Amino acid sequence: MSIAPTRPRAVAAGTPDAPPPRRRRRDRGVWQGWIYASPTALLVTLLFVVPLVLVVWMSAADWTLLGGNSGVNFPENFVEVVDHRLFWPSVWFTLKYTVITTAILIALALGLAMLVQESTRWRGILRTSFLIPTSLGLASASLLFYALYSPQVGPVSPALEALGLADANVNVLGTPSGALWSTVILIVWRFAGFFMLLLLVGLQGIPHEVYEAARIDGARPWQIFGRITLPLLRPSLAMSTILCVTGSLLAFDQFFILTKGGPDGSTMTVVQLIYSFAFESKRDLGMAAALSVIVLAALVIINIVQLKTLRRSPDE
Amino acid sequence: MTRLNRLAGRTPFYVLTGGLAIIFLYPIIWTSISSVSPQPGSNQVDGFGWGNYETLVAYQDGVWHYLGNSLVVSAVAVVTTLVVATLGGYAFARFTFPGKDALFLLTLAILMVPYAALLVPLVIWLKNIGLNDTLVGVGLVLAVFQLPFATFMMRIAFEAVPREMEEAALVDGCGTFSALRRVLLHAVKPGLITIGLFAFLAAWNDFMVPLYLVSGDNQPLPLALVNMRQQVMGVIDYGATQAGVVVLTIPCILLFLVLQRHYVNGFMSGALKG
Repeated sequence: MSIAPTRPRAVAAGTPDAPPPRRRRRDRGVWQGWIYASPTALLVTLLFVVPLVLVVWMSAADWTLLGGNSGVNFPENFVEVVDHRLFWPSVWFTLKYTVITTAILIALALGLAMLVQESTRWRGILRTSFLIPTSLGLASASLLFYALYSPQVGPVSPALEALGLADANVNVLGTPSGALWSTVILIVWRFAGFFMLLLLVGLQGIPHEVYEAARIDGARPWQIFGRITLPLLRPSLAMSTILCVTGSLLAFDQFFILTKGGPDGSTMTVVQLIYSFAFESKRDLGMAAALSVIVLAALVIINIVQLKTLRRSPDE
Repeated sequence: MTRLNRLAGRTPFYVLTGGLAIIFLYPIIWTSISSVSPQPGSNQVDGFGWGNYETLVAYQDGVWHYLGNSLVVSAVAVVTTLVVATLGGYAFARFTFPGKDALFLLTLAILMVPYAALLVPLVIWLKNIGLNDTLVGVGLVLAVFQLPFATFMMRIAFEAVPREMEEAALVDGCGTFSALRRVLLHAVKPGLITIGLFAFLAAWNDFMVPLYLVSGDNQPLPLALVNMRQQVMGVIDYGATQAGVVVLTIPCILLFLVLQRHYVNGFMSGALKG
Protein backbone atom coordinates (compact mmCIF):
# COMPACT_ATOMS: atom_id res chain seq x y z
CA MET A 1 0.00 0.00 0.00
CA SER A 2 1.50 3.30 -0.95
CA ILE A 3 0.10 6.72 -1.40
CA ALA A 4 -0.07 8.27 -4.84
CA PRO A 5 2.80 10.75 -5.05
CA THR A 6 0.99 13.47 -6.93
CA ARG A 7 -2.30 15.01 -6.04
CA PRO A 8 -4.93 15.09 -8.72
CA ARG A 9 -5.47 18.44 -10.37
CA ALA A 10 -7.23 20.98 -8.23
CA VAL A 11 -10.70 19.61 -8.26
CA ALA A 12 -13.00 22.51 -7.85
CA ALA A 13 -11.03 24.86 -10.06
CA GLY A 14 -12.80 25.35 -13.33
CA THR A 15 -9.80 26.31 -15.41
CA PRO A 16 -9.90 24.69 -18.83
CA ASP A 17 -6.46 23.13 -18.42
CA ALA A 18 -5.95 21.66 -21.85
CA PRO A 19 -7.62 23.50 -24.71
CA PRO A 20 -9.77 21.11 -26.70
CA PRO A 21 -8.08 20.35 -30.00
CA ARG A 22 -10.77 21.54 -32.35
CA ARG A 23 -13.29 24.35 -32.11
CA ARG A 24 -16.12 22.26 -33.50
CA ARG A 25 -15.71 19.59 -30.89
CA ARG A 26 -15.70 22.15 -28.15
CA ASP A 27 -19.16 23.42 -29.08
CA ARG A 28 -20.43 19.89 -29.21
CA GLY A 29 -18.67 19.35 -25.90
CA VAL A 30 -20.91 21.83 -24.12
CA TRP A 31 -24.01 19.87 -25.07
CA GLN A 32 -22.47 16.52 -24.46
CA GLY A 33 -21.06 17.64 -21.13
CA TRP A 34 -24.54 18.61 -20.02
CA ILE A 35 -26.03 15.37 -21.24
CA TYR A 36 -23.51 13.31 -19.29
CA ALA A 37 -23.97 15.49 -16.22
CA SER A 38 -27.77 15.54 -16.45
CA PRO A 39 -28.42 12.35 -14.42
CA THR A 40 -26.31 13.85 -11.61
CA ALA A 41 -28.17 17.15 -11.89
CA LEU A 42 -31.54 15.39 -11.90
CA LEU A 43 -30.84 13.17 -8.92
CA VAL A 44 -29.21 15.92 -6.88
CA THR A 45 -32.07 18.32 -7.57
CA LEU A 46 -34.85 15.83 -7.01
CA LEU A 47 -33.57 14.15 -3.85
CA PHE A 48 -31.26 16.74 -2.33
CA VAL A 49 -32.16 20.30 -3.28
CA VAL A 50 -35.92 19.88 -3.12
CA PRO A 51 -35.90 18.16 0.31
CA LEU A 52 -33.48 20.81 1.53
CA VAL A 53 -35.88 23.58 0.55
CA LEU A 54 -38.82 21.58 1.83
CA VAL A 55 -37.29 21.05 5.28
CA VAL A 56 -36.92 24.81 5.71
CA TRP A 57 -40.49 25.37 4.58
CA MET A 58 -41.83 22.60 6.83
CA SER A 59 -39.92 23.97 9.79
CA ALA A 60 -42.00 27.13 9.48
CA ALA A 61 -45.31 25.32 8.96
CA ASP A 62 -47.94 23.75 11.16
CA TRP A 63 -47.50 20.27 9.72
CA THR A 64 -48.66 17.19 11.60
CA LEU A 65 -47.98 13.60 10.61
CA LEU A 66 -51.61 12.82 9.88
CA GLY A 67 -53.11 16.26 9.21
CA GLY A 68 -50.55 17.52 6.70
CA ASN A 69 -49.77 21.16 6.07
CA SER A 70 -52.14 23.61 7.73
CA GLY A 71 -50.51 26.99 7.46
CA VAL A 72 -47.62 28.98 8.79
CA ASN A 73 -46.37 28.29 12.27
CA PHE A 74 -43.22 30.36 12.54
CA PRO A 75 -41.44 30.68 14.89
CA GLU A 76 -43.64 28.51 17.14
CA ASN A 77 -42.07 25.25 15.91
CA PHE A 78 -38.62 26.42 16.90
CA VAL A 79 -39.81 27.76 20.24
CA GLU A 80 -41.57 24.49 21.00
CA VAL A 81 -38.48 22.47 20.07
CA VAL A 82 -36.12 24.52 22.22
CA ASP A 83 -38.57 24.51 25.12
CA HIS A 84 -39.09 20.75 24.96
CA ARG A 85 -37.90 19.09 28.14
CA LEU A 86 -35.59 16.71 26.25
CA PHE A 87 -34.01 19.29 23.95
CA TRP A 88 -31.16 20.58 26.12
CA PRO A 89 -30.49 17.20 27.77
CA SER A 90 -30.22 15.61 24.32
CA VAL A 91 -27.89 18.34 23.05
CA TRP A 92 -25.72 17.96 26.13
CA PHE A 93 -25.71 14.16 25.87
CA THR A 94 -24.86 14.23 22.16
CA LEU A 95 -21.91 16.56 22.80
CA LYS A 96 -20.66 14.43 25.68
CA TYR A 97 -20.94 11.27 23.61
CA THR A 98 -19.13 12.96 20.71
CA VAL A 99 -16.19 14.11 22.83
CA ILE A 100 -15.75 10.72 24.50
CA THR A 101 -16.07 8.73 21.29
CA THR A 102 -13.78 10.97 19.27
CA ALA A 103 -11.04 11.07 21.91
CA ILE A 104 -11.00 7.29 22.37
CA LEU A 105 -11.41 6.40 18.71
CA ILE A 106 -8.72 8.68 17.33
CA ALA A 107 -6.19 7.71 20.03
CA LEU A 108 -6.85 3.99 19.56
CA ALA A 109 -6.86 4.25 15.77
CA LEU A 110 -3.51 6.05 15.84
CA GLY A 111 -2.07 3.30 18.04
CA LEU A 112 -3.39 0.58 15.76
CA ALA A 113 -2.13 2.36 12.65
CA MET A 114 1.38 2.61 14.08
CA LEU A 115 1.21 -1.02 15.12
CA VAL A 116 0.39 -2.32 11.64
CA GLN A 117 2.38 0.26 9.72
CA GLU A 118 5.14 -2.05 8.48
CA SER A 119 3.99 -4.55 5.94
CA THR A 120 4.74 -8.00 7.25
CA ARG A 121 2.55 -11.06 7.01
CA TRP A 122 1.57 -10.94 10.68
CA ARG A 123 0.72 -7.25 10.57
CA GLY A 124 -1.33 -7.87 7.45
CA ILE A 125 -3.38 -10.39 9.41
CA LEU A 126 -3.78 -7.89 12.26
CA ARG A 127 -4.85 -5.19 9.84
CA THR A 128 -7.53 -7.42 8.35
CA SER A 129 -8.79 -8.39 11.82
CA PHE A 130 -9.17 -4.76 12.83
CA LEU A 131 -10.90 -3.96 9.54
CA ILE A 132 -13.45 -6.77 9.52
CA PRO A 133 -15.85 -5.05 11.98
CA THR A 134 -15.99 -2.04 9.63
CA SER A 135 -17.75 -4.13 7.02
CA LEU A 136 -20.68 -4.76 9.38
CA GLY A 137 -23.62 -2.44 9.24
CA LEU A 138 -24.15 -0.20 12.22
CA ALA A 139 -27.57 -1.76 12.75
CA SER A 140 -26.20 -5.32 12.64
CA ALA A 141 -23.37 -4.36 14.97
CA SER A 142 -25.85 -2.78 17.38
CA LEU A 143 -28.05 -5.89 17.37
CA LEU A 144 -24.96 -8.03 17.91
CA PHE A 145 -23.92 -6.00 20.94
CA TYR A 146 -27.48 -5.93 22.21
CA ALA A 147 -27.26 -9.71 22.58
CA LEU A 148 -23.70 -9.49 23.86
CA TYR A 149 -24.78 -7.15 26.66
CA SER A 150 -27.96 -9.00 27.55
CA PRO A 151 -27.96 -10.56 31.01
CA GLN A 152 -29.85 -13.61 29.68
CA VAL A 153 -27.49 -14.82 26.95
CA GLY A 154 -24.49 -12.48 26.75
CA PRO A 155 -21.04 -13.14 28.22
CA VAL A 156 -20.59 -9.59 29.52
CA SER A 157 -22.80 -9.88 32.57
CA PRO A 158 -21.24 -13.15 33.90
CA ALA A 159 -17.79 -11.73 33.20
CA LEU A 160 -18.51 -8.62 35.26
CA GLU A 161 -19.89 -10.79 38.02
CA ALA A 162 -16.81 -13.04 37.98
CA LEU A 163 -14.59 -9.98 38.26
CA GLY A 164 -16.62 -8.81 41.21
CA LEU A 165 -17.65 -5.63 39.42
CA ALA A 166 -21.38 -6.27 39.43
CA ASP A 167 -24.12 -8.38 40.93
CA ALA A 168 -25.50 -11.42 39.18
CA ASN A 169 -27.53 -10.82 36.01
CA VAL A 170 -26.73 -7.13 35.82
CA ASN A 171 -28.03 -5.30 32.78
CA VAL A 172 -25.19 -3.01 31.72
CA LEU A 173 -27.62 -0.96 29.63
CA GLY A 174 -29.76 -0.34 32.71
CA THR A 175 -27.95 2.71 34.09
CA PRO A 176 -27.30 5.98 32.23
CA SER A 177 -23.52 5.72 32.42
CA GLY A 178 -23.60 1.99 31.68
CA ALA A 179 -25.67 2.62 28.57
CA LEU A 180 -23.36 5.41 27.43
CA TRP A 181 -20.16 3.43 27.86
CA SER A 182 -21.61 0.25 26.37
CA THR A 183 -22.50 2.23 23.26
CA VAL A 184 -19.08 3.85 23.15
CA ILE A 185 -17.47 0.39 23.24
CA LEU A 186 -19.69 -0.77 20.39
CA ILE A 187 -18.78 2.27 18.28
CA VAL A 188 -15.08 2.02 19.04
CA TRP A 189 -15.14 -1.64 18.04
CA ARG A 190 -17.04 -0.90 14.83
CA PHE A 191 -15.04 2.16 13.69
CA ALA A 192 -11.47 1.72 15.02
CA GLY A 193 -10.38 -0.06 11.83
CA PHE A 194 -11.95 2.62 9.66
CA PHE A 195 -9.97 5.42 11.29
CA MET A 196 -6.88 3.22 11.51
CA LEU A 197 -6.96 2.92 7.74
CA LEU A 198 -7.34 6.68 7.24
CA LEU A 199 -4.39 7.36 9.56
CA LEU A 200 -2.36 4.56 7.99
CA VAL A 201 -2.64 6.25 4.61
CA GLY A 202 -1.36 9.42 6.26
CA LEU A 203 1.49 7.62 8.04
CA GLN A 204 2.66 6.08 4.80
CA GLY A 205 2.77 9.49 3.22
CA ILE A 206 5.54 10.56 5.61
CA PRO A 207 8.85 10.09 3.80
CA HIS A 208 11.25 7.55 5.26
CA GLU A 209 14.18 9.96 5.06
CA VAL A 210 12.65 12.22 7.70
CA TYR A 211 12.70 9.39 10.23
CA GLU A 212 16.23 8.39 9.18
CA ALA A 213 17.48 11.92 9.65
CA ALA A 214 15.88 12.19 13.09
CA ARG A 215 17.37 8.87 14.15
CA ILE A 216 20.85 9.91 12.97
CA ASP A 217 20.49 13.11 14.97
CA GLY A 218 19.84 10.95 18.02
CA ALA A 219 16.15 11.63 18.52
CA ARG A 220 14.37 9.35 20.99
CA PRO A 221 11.27 7.44 19.92
CA TRP A 222 8.87 9.71 21.81
CA GLN A 223 10.62 12.77 20.35
CA ILE A 224 10.18 11.33 16.87
CA PHE A 225 6.52 10.72 17.62
CA GLY A 226 5.88 14.19 19.04
CA ARG A 227 8.01 16.24 16.69
CA ILE A 228 7.69 14.36 13.42
CA THR A 229 4.85 11.88 13.28
CA LEU A 230 2.15 14.00 14.88
CA PRO A 231 2.83 17.25 12.98
CA LEU A 232 3.21 15.50 9.63
CA LEU A 233 0.10 13.46 10.28
CA ARG A 234 -1.93 16.57 10.96
CA PRO A 235 -3.99 16.53 7.74
CA SER A 236 -5.04 12.91 8.27
CA LEU A 237 -5.73 13.48 11.94
CA ALA A 238 -7.79 16.53 11.04
CA MET A 239 -9.87 14.64 8.54
CA SER A 240 -10.39 11.70 10.89
CA THR A 241 -11.45 14.04 13.67
CA ILE A 242 -13.92 15.87 11.44
CA LEU A 243 -15.44 12.62 10.21
CA CYS A 244 -15.64 11.22 13.73
CA VAL A 245 -17.16 14.35 15.23
CA THR A 246 -19.73 14.66 12.44
CA GLY A 247 -20.64 10.99 12.63
CA SER A 248 -20.98 11.04 16.42
CA LEU A 249 -23.08 14.21 16.47
CA LEU A 250 -25.52 12.43 14.17
CA ALA A 251 -25.63 9.23 16.24
CA PHE A 252 -28.90 7.39 15.77
CA ASP A 253 -28.86 3.66 14.95
CA GLN A 254 -26.71 2.59 17.89
CA PHE A 255 -28.87 4.33 20.50
CA PHE A 256 -32.16 3.58 18.77
CA ILE A 257 -31.34 -0.13 18.82
CA LEU A 258 -29.31 -0.52 22.01
CA THR A 259 -30.95 1.85 24.46
CA LYS A 260 -34.01 3.38 22.76
CA GLY A 261 -32.85 6.62 24.37
CA GLY A 262 -33.24 5.14 27.82
CA PRO A 263 -33.02 4.69 30.68
CA ASP A 264 -35.33 7.67 31.27
CA GLY A 265 -34.27 9.56 28.16
CA SER A 266 -30.71 9.75 29.45
CA THR A 267 -29.20 8.54 26.16
CA MET A 268 -31.47 10.49 23.83
CA THR A 269 -29.43 12.04 21.01
CA VAL A 270 -30.57 15.02 18.97
CA VAL A 271 -31.19 12.97 15.84
CA GLN A 272 -33.25 10.49 17.85
CA LEU A 273 -35.30 13.39 19.07
CA ILE A 274 -36.09 14.30 15.44
CA TYR A 275 -37.49 10.81 14.93
CA SER A 276 -39.37 10.97 18.20
CA PHE A 277 -41.01 14.31 17.32
CA ALA A 278 -41.99 13.02 13.88
CA PHE A 279 -43.34 9.56 14.69
CA GLU A 280 -43.51 8.88 18.40
CA SER A 281 -44.04 11.56 21.01
CA LYS A 282 -45.48 14.48 19.01
CA ARG A 283 -46.29 13.17 15.54
CA ASP A 284 -45.48 16.70 14.46
CA LEU A 285 -43.45 16.95 11.27
CA GLY A 286 -43.17 20.73 11.65
CA MET A 287 -41.33 20.36 14.94
CA ALA A 288 -39.22 17.53 13.54
CA ALA A 289 -38.31 19.71 10.55
CA ALA A 290 -37.46 22.63 12.85
CA LEU A 291 -35.08 20.41 14.81
CA SER A 292 -33.65 19.12 11.51
CA VAL A 293 -32.92 22.69 10.46
CA ILE A 294 -31.24 23.37 13.82
CA VAL A 295 -29.09 20.23 13.43
CA LEU A 296 -28.24 21.15 9.86
CA ALA A 297 -27.20 24.69 10.73
CA ALA A 298 -25.20 23.54 13.76
CA LEU A 299 -23.42 20.92 11.71
CA VAL A 300 -22.48 23.31 8.92
CA ILE A 301 -21.10 25.79 11.47
CA ILE A 302 -19.22 23.09 13.39
CA ASN A 303 -17.71 21.75 10.16
CA ILE A 304 -16.58 25.18 9.02
CA VAL A 305 -15.00 25.89 12.40
CA GLN A 306 -13.30 22.50 12.40
CA LEU A 307 -12.00 22.95 8.87
CA LYS A 308 -10.60 26.36 9.77
CA THR A 309 -8.88 25.34 12.98
CA LEU A 310 -7.68 21.88 12.01
CA ARG A 311 -6.55 22.65 8.50
CA ARG A 312 -4.31 25.52 9.56
CA SER A 313 -0.71 24.48 9.17
CA PRO A 314 1.30 24.55 12.43
CA ASP A 315 3.54 27.45 11.39
CA GLU A 316 0.65 29.83 10.78
CA MET B 1 20.17 -20.01 18.12
CA THR B 2 20.00 -16.27 17.53
CA ARG B 3 16.91 -16.83 15.49
CA LEU B 4 15.33 -18.71 18.33
CA ASN B 5 16.29 -15.94 20.72
CA ARG B 6 14.76 -13.36 18.48
CA LEU B 7 11.59 -15.34 18.27
CA ALA B 8 11.51 -15.69 22.06
CA GLY B 9 12.13 -11.98 22.43
CA ARG B 10 9.19 -11.21 20.20
CA THR B 11 6.76 -13.62 21.80
CA PRO B 12 5.13 -10.98 24.06
CA PHE B 13 4.55 -8.89 20.95
CA TYR B 14 2.78 -11.74 19.20
CA VAL B 15 0.73 -12.57 22.28
CA LEU B 16 -0.35 -8.97 22.84
CA THR B 17 -1.17 -8.15 19.25
CA GLY B 18 -2.79 -11.54 18.71
CA GLY B 19 -4.93 -10.88 21.77
CA LEU B 20 -5.95 -7.54 20.32
CA ALA B 21 -6.94 -9.16 17.04
CA ILE B 22 -9.02 -11.73 18.94
CA ILE B 23 -10.82 -8.95 20.83
CA PHE B 24 -11.83 -7.45 17.48
CA LEU B 25 -12.96 -10.78 16.06
CA TYR B 26 -14.57 -12.12 19.24
CA PRO B 27 -18.05 -10.54 18.92
CA ILE B 28 -18.48 -11.92 15.41
CA ILE B 29 -17.25 -15.39 16.36
CA TRP B 30 -19.43 -15.35 19.48
CA THR B 31 -22.57 -14.46 17.51
CA SER B 32 -21.91 -17.09 14.88
CA ILE B 33 -21.46 -19.83 17.47
CA SER B 34 -24.34 -18.66 19.68
CA SER B 35 -26.72 -18.60 16.75
CA VAL B 36 -26.47 -22.40 16.47
CA SER B 37 -26.04 -23.11 20.20
CA PRO B 38 -28.75 -24.08 22.66
CA GLN B 39 -30.27 -21.08 24.46
CA PRO B 40 -33.33 -20.74 26.66
CA GLY B 41 -36.16 -18.75 25.13
CA SER B 42 -35.18 -19.49 21.55
CA ASN B 43 -36.11 -22.16 19.04
CA GLN B 44 -32.87 -23.99 19.77
CA VAL B 45 -33.07 -25.33 23.31
CA ASP B 46 -31.16 -28.63 23.22
CA GLY B 47 -27.94 -29.25 21.36
CA PHE B 48 -26.54 -27.46 18.36
CA GLY B 49 -28.71 -26.90 15.32
CA TRP B 50 -30.44 -24.53 12.92
CA GLY B 51 -33.51 -23.83 15.03
CA ASN B 52 -32.91 -20.09 15.20
CA TYR B 53 -32.59 -19.89 11.44
CA GLU B 54 -35.91 -21.73 11.18
CA THR B 55 -37.45 -19.01 13.37
CA LEU B 56 -36.14 -16.45 10.91
CA VAL B 57 -37.59 -18.29 7.93
CA ALA B 58 -40.96 -18.47 9.67
CA TYR B 59 -41.04 -14.84 10.87
CA GLN B 60 -43.94 -13.00 9.20
CA ASP B 61 -43.16 -12.84 5.49
CA GLY B 62 -40.04 -14.93 6.03
CA VAL B 63 -36.39 -14.05 5.93
CA TRP B 64 -36.27 -14.67 2.16
CA HIS B 65 -38.76 -11.90 1.55
CA TYR B 66 -36.79 -9.37 3.62
CA LEU B 67 -33.52 -10.52 2.08
CA GLY B 68 -35.12 -9.95 -1.31
CA ASN B 69 -36.10 -6.43 -0.25
CA SER B 70 -32.53 -5.76 0.86
CA LEU B 71 -31.25 -7.05 -2.46
CA VAL B 72 -33.60 -4.80 -4.45
CA VAL B 73 -32.65 -1.73 -2.39
CA SER B 74 -28.96 -2.53 -2.75
CA ALA B 75 -29.24 -3.21 -6.48
CA VAL B 76 -31.07 0.08 -7.11
CA ALA B 77 -28.52 1.99 -5.03
CA VAL B 78 -25.48 0.32 -6.61
CA VAL B 79 -26.68 0.55 -10.22
CA THR B 80 -27.81 4.16 -9.82
CA THR B 81 -24.55 5.13 -8.14
CA LEU B 82 -22.46 3.43 -10.82
CA VAL B 83 -24.35 4.86 -13.80
CA VAL B 84 -24.80 8.39 -12.47
CA ALA B 85 -21.29 8.72 -11.09
CA THR B 86 -19.69 7.29 -14.23
CA LEU B 87 -21.51 9.65 -16.54
CA GLY B 88 -21.07 12.55 -14.12
CA GLY B 89 -17.39 11.82 -13.50
CA TYR B 90 -16.83 11.67 -17.27
CA ALA B 91 -18.62 15.00 -17.76
CA PHE B 92 -16.67 16.70 -14.96
CA ALA B 93 -13.31 15.29 -16.07
CA ARG B 94 -13.53 15.73 -19.83
CA PHE B 95 -16.02 18.43 -20.77
CA THR B 96 -16.40 22.14 -20.21
CA PHE B 97 -19.93 23.37 -19.86
CA PRO B 98 -21.66 26.24 -18.09
CA GLY B 99 -22.64 25.38 -14.55
CA LYS B 100 -20.07 22.60 -14.29
CA ASP B 101 -18.33 23.88 -11.18
CA ALA B 102 -21.57 24.83 -9.51
CA LEU B 103 -23.01 21.36 -10.08
CA PHE B 104 -19.85 19.67 -8.84
CA LEU B 105 -19.76 21.77 -5.70
CA LEU B 106 -23.46 21.15 -5.14
CA THR B 107 -22.83 17.41 -5.36
CA LEU B 108 -20.00 17.66 -2.84
CA ALA B 109 -22.22 19.79 -0.60
CA ILE B 110 -24.33 16.69 0.05
CA LEU B 111 -21.48 15.69 2.38
CA MET B 112 -22.20 18.70 4.55
CA VAL B 113 -25.87 17.87 4.94
CA PRO B 114 -26.62 14.80 7.02
CA TYR B 115 -29.40 12.66 5.68
CA ALA B 116 -30.79 12.55 9.19
CA ALA B 117 -31.89 16.13 8.54
CA LEU B 118 -33.48 15.39 5.16
CA LEU B 119 -35.53 12.32 5.99
CA VAL B 120 -38.47 14.26 7.42
CA PRO B 121 -39.07 16.24 4.20
CA LEU B 122 -38.30 13.13 2.13
CA VAL B 123 -41.22 11.32 3.79
CA ILE B 124 -43.52 14.00 2.35
CA TRP B 125 -41.72 14.60 -0.94
CA LEU B 126 -41.52 10.94 -1.97
CA LYS B 127 -45.29 10.79 -1.58
CA ASN B 128 -45.60 13.63 -4.10
CA ILE B 129 -43.45 11.90 -6.69
CA GLY B 130 -45.10 8.52 -6.16
CA LEU B 131 -42.14 6.81 -4.50
CA ASN B 132 -43.43 6.61 -0.94
CA ASP B 133 -43.11 3.23 0.74
CA THR B 134 -41.19 1.79 -2.22
CA LEU B 135 -37.89 -0.03 -2.36
CA VAL B 136 -36.89 2.03 -5.40
CA GLY B 137 -37.37 5.22 -3.39
CA VAL B 138 -35.11 3.95 -0.61
CA GLY B 139 -32.48 2.82 -3.12
CA LEU B 140 -32.48 6.20 -4.88
CA VAL B 141 -32.19 8.14 -1.62
CA LEU B 142 -29.27 5.95 -0.56
CA ALA B 143 -27.65 6.47 -3.98
CA VAL B 144 -27.86 10.25 -3.63
CA PHE B 145 -25.90 10.10 -0.41
CA GLN B 146 -23.22 8.00 -2.15
CA LEU B 147 -22.88 10.56 -4.94
CA PRO B 148 -20.35 12.98 -3.38
CA PHE B 149 -17.80 10.24 -2.80
CA ALA B 150 -18.62 8.34 -5.99
CA THR B 151 -18.61 11.36 -8.31
CA PHE B 152 -15.39 12.66 -6.80
CA MET B 153 -13.78 9.25 -7.14
CA MET B 154 -14.88 8.79 -10.77
CA ARG B 155 -13.75 12.29 -11.69
CA ILE B 156 -10.27 11.50 -10.39
CA ALA B 157 -10.33 8.14 -12.15
CA PHE B 158 -11.21 9.70 -15.52
CA GLU B 159 -8.70 12.50 -15.08
CA ALA B 160 -5.97 9.94 -14.47
CA VAL B 161 -6.62 8.33 -17.88
CA PRO B 162 -4.34 9.82 -20.55
CA ARG B 163 -6.31 11.80 -23.10
CA GLU B 164 -4.49 10.06 -25.96
CA MET B 165 -6.41 6.89 -25.18
CA GLU B 166 -9.77 8.27 -26.15
CA GLU B 167 -8.43 10.72 -28.77
CA ALA B 168 -7.46 7.65 -30.79
CA ALA B 169 -10.96 6.27 -30.53
CA LEU B 170 -12.50 9.66 -31.35
CA VAL B 171 -10.30 10.06 -34.44
CA ASP B 172 -11.41 6.62 -35.52
CA GLY B 173 -14.92 7.99 -35.71
CA CYS B 174 -16.27 6.88 -32.36
CA GLY B 175 -18.63 9.24 -30.60
CA THR B 176 -17.76 10.26 -27.07
CA PHE B 177 -20.22 7.71 -25.74
CA SER B 178 -18.72 4.77 -27.53
CA ALA B 179 -15.27 6.02 -26.55
CA LEU B 180 -16.51 5.90 -22.98
CA ARG B 181 -18.05 2.50 -23.35
CA ARG B 182 -15.31 0.80 -25.36
CA VAL B 183 -12.13 2.43 -24.10
CA LEU B 184 -12.52 4.40 -20.91
CA LEU B 185 -14.67 2.02 -18.88
CA HIS B 186 -11.83 -0.49 -18.81
CA ALA B 187 -9.44 2.14 -17.57
CA VAL B 188 -11.66 3.24 -14.68
CA LYS B 189 -12.74 -0.25 -13.63
CA PRO B 190 -10.93 -0.19 -10.25
CA GLY B 191 -12.76 3.02 -9.37
CA LEU B 192 -16.07 1.45 -10.39
CA ILE B 193 -15.45 -1.56 -8.16
CA THR B 194 -14.60 0.69 -5.22
CA ILE B 195 -17.68 2.90 -5.51
CA GLY B 196 -19.87 -0.12 -6.18
CA LEU B 197 -18.56 -1.84 -3.06
CA PHE B 198 -19.10 1.22 -0.89
CA ALA B 199 -22.59 1.74 -2.28
CA PHE B 200 -23.47 -1.89 -1.65
CA LEU B 201 -22.20 -1.94 1.93
CA ALA B 202 -24.01 1.32 2.69
CA ALA B 203 -27.30 0.26 1.13
CA TRP B 204 -27.31 -3.33 2.37
CA ASN B 205 -26.69 -2.22 5.94
CA ASP B 206 -28.73 0.94 6.13
CA PHE B 207 -31.32 1.09 8.83
CA MET B 208 -32.37 4.69 9.19
CA VAL B 209 -33.56 5.47 5.65
CA PRO B 210 -35.92 2.46 5.48
CA LEU B 211 -37.07 3.21 9.04
CA TYR B 212 -38.39 6.56 7.85
CA LEU B 213 -39.48 5.66 4.35
CA VAL B 214 -40.96 2.15 4.27
CA SER B 215 -43.03 -0.16 6.43
CA GLY B 216 -44.64 -3.59 6.53
CA ASP B 217 -43.89 -5.80 3.56
CA ASN B 218 -41.28 -3.44 2.20
CA GLN B 219 -38.85 -3.61 5.09
CA PRO B 220 -35.30 -4.58 4.25
CA LEU B 221 -33.68 -7.13 6.54
CA PRO B 222 -31.97 -4.83 9.10
CA LEU B 223 -35.24 -3.03 9.80
CA ALA B 224 -37.21 -6.29 9.89
CA LEU B 225 -34.76 -7.73 12.41
CA VAL B 226 -35.01 -4.75 14.73
CA ASN B 227 -38.79 -4.91 14.56
CA MET B 228 -38.80 -8.67 15.07
CA ARG B 229 -36.77 -8.22 18.24
CA GLN B 230 -39.42 -5.91 19.62
CA GLN B 231 -42.49 -7.81 18.55
CA VAL B 232 -42.06 -11.38 19.67
CA MET B 233 -44.53 -11.09 22.55
CA GLY B 234 -42.34 -8.77 24.57
CA VAL B 235 -39.81 -11.53 25.07
CA ILE B 236 -36.67 -11.04 23.08
CA ASP B 237 -35.61 -14.05 21.04
CA TYR B 238 -31.87 -13.54 21.18
CA GLY B 239 -31.18 -16.71 19.22
CA ALA B 240 -33.16 -15.51 16.21
CA THR B 241 -31.60 -12.05 16.49
CA GLN B 242 -28.13 -13.59 16.39
CA ALA B 243 -29.07 -15.74 13.41
CA GLY B 244 -30.30 -12.59 11.66
CA VAL B 245 -27.05 -10.76 12.39
CA VAL B 246 -25.13 -13.68 10.88
CA VAL B 247 -27.29 -13.64 7.75
CA LEU B 248 -26.77 -9.88 7.37
CA THR B 249 -23.06 -10.02 8.05
CA ILE B 250 -21.87 -12.93 5.92
CA PRO B 251 -22.19 -11.21 2.53
CA CYS B 252 -20.45 -8.11 3.88
CA ILE B 253 -17.48 -9.97 5.31
CA LEU B 254 -17.11 -12.12 2.20
CA LEU B 255 -17.24 -9.12 -0.12
CA PHE B 256 -14.83 -7.28 2.13
CA LEU B 257 -12.31 -10.11 2.16
CA VAL B 258 -12.51 -10.59 -1.61
CA LEU B 259 -12.37 -6.88 -2.46
CA GLN B 260 -10.17 -5.66 0.41
CA ARG B 261 -7.75 -3.99 -2.00
CA HIS B 262 -10.51 -1.89 -3.55
CA TYR B 263 -11.86 -1.03 -0.11
CA VAL B 264 -8.44 0.30 0.89
CA ASN B 265 -8.16 2.21 -2.39
CA GLY B 266 -11.36 4.03 -1.56
CA PHE B 267 -9.74 5.32 1.60
CA MET B 268 -6.65 6.50 -0.22
CA SER B 269 -8.62 8.61 -2.66
CA GLY B 270 -10.70 9.79 0.28
CA ALA B 271 -7.52 10.80 2.05
CA LEU B 272 -6.46 12.87 -0.93
CA LYS B 273 -9.42 15.06 -0.24
CA GLY B 274 -8.01 16.02 3.15
